[in-house]
Amino acid sequence: MLVLITYDVSTTSSAGQSRLRRVAKICQNYGQRVQNSVFECIVDAAQFTELKLKLKDIINLKEDSLRFYQLGNNYKNKVEHVGIKESLDLEGPLIL
Amino acid sequence: MKKLQNTLYITQPDVYLSLDGDNVVLLKEQEKLGRVPLHNLESIVAFGYTGASPALMGYCADNNVSLLFLTMNGRFLARVTGESRGNVILRKKQYALSEDETKSARIARNFIIGKIYNHKWILERTTRDYPLRVNVEQFKEASQQLSALILEVRNCEQLDRLRGFEGQAAITYNKLFDSMILQQKEDFQFHLRSRRPPLDNVNAMLSFSYTLLAHDTASALEAVGLDSYVGFLHRDRPGRVSLALDLMEELRGVMADKFVLTQINKKLVSKEDFVKKENGAVIMTDEARKRFLTAWQNRKQEKITHPYLGEKISWGLVPHAQALLLARHLRNDLDEYPPFLWK
Repeated sequence: MLVLITYDVSTTSSAGQSRLRRVAKICQNYGQRVQNSVFECIVDAAQFTELKLKLKDIINLKEDSLRFYQLGNNYKNKVEHVGIKESLDLEGPLIL
Repeated sequence: MKKLQNTLYITQPDVYLSLDGDNVVLLKEQEKLGRVPLHNLESIVAFGYTGASPALMGYCADNNVSLLFLTMNGRFLARVTGESRGNVILRKKQYALSEDETKSARIARNFIIGKIYNHKWILERTTRDYPLRVNVEQFKEASQQLSALILEVRNCEQLDRLRGFEGQAAITYNKLFDSMILQQKEDFQFHLRSRRPPLDNVNAMLSFSYTLLAHDTASALEAVGLDSYVGFLHRDRPGRVSLALDLMEELRGVMADKFVLTQINKKLVSKEDFVKKENGAVIMTDEARKRFLTAWQNRKQEKITHPYLGEKISWGLVPHAQALLLARHLRNDLDEYPPFLWK
């Protein structure tokens, strides 16, 4: 299924900046960055749980927020892209 | 059934593959071409002299992502395999069976039955779909010959005789292969199977699709814990994935031959897509190969109901399903290996 992850990590302190980097890194391991703090991840239920746990461990619940949007398996007609930085279709033919 | 993961094809020779976190990153002259999370991939196939970092190779070996290097023309160069894993007992059983001629033949004959049966149905389907464009009588006769051969193979317990029957079936089927090419007759003809090198357009496509299929099959076998190099019908030879070739027999017709025929008959390829080299070898152009791969990947996404498991799966998982059934037979969970019988 496709999961859309967006986050807001407070970067007023240096600890916050470090959290932001770690969150981005984890997200990137599971999916692709489509906008600055927006990731699209194609994961199964187990991987999704794993990912959520990892992210929850990093963020500060009093300052940061995370949102997970589950778009299911038939996500292709739910997503529309306009403008630059077209993302890679990870389930279509990957020929580079 | 497991989910069909994607395959990443790299068709440019000057791309370097490296690892970053859990992603494979494609670099071209220090510039990032793209990055793909490795958990979405089942294999990476690189054409030409593409480099890969040792870290990526290690990661792939560790996480069961197969990494394969082919020449620009699709000839096999190298495969990255990790520590052999899976079930030792299963593999030992496989080795023991492969040493025993009669027992090998009992498994091998089911591969052949699958092959002949599928070829027969390819012929039958052609008569049904194009009754006015092919010589139906000739096709029906060949189909009957194949049916007769299946009965012979069913009781055969000698590998040499099996190979004989297989040869006979191949002659019957190959004779009609050209008649199944219905479009672009002047550019695409099939007289004889030629390989190393393929000498005409049709053979070039057949060779290329067999290479792709062999790779998919070998990865499927390794994934269920079998040794893809130890075969029952194909005997051991260094560097040859004999078991993958065995398992491929029944899939060649339905997954590769039919695919190639579709490409020609739907005019998805044309004579401009091929070049002839000095030594007579015919190869596909880079552009054509890309389109061929795209079509191949799309085909793998199409769904069928598996005739034995009764489960709806994508074509790309058929080699996996068969590898799984073979493993079950070797473990004595199934009395016989059930070949993939397409209809």
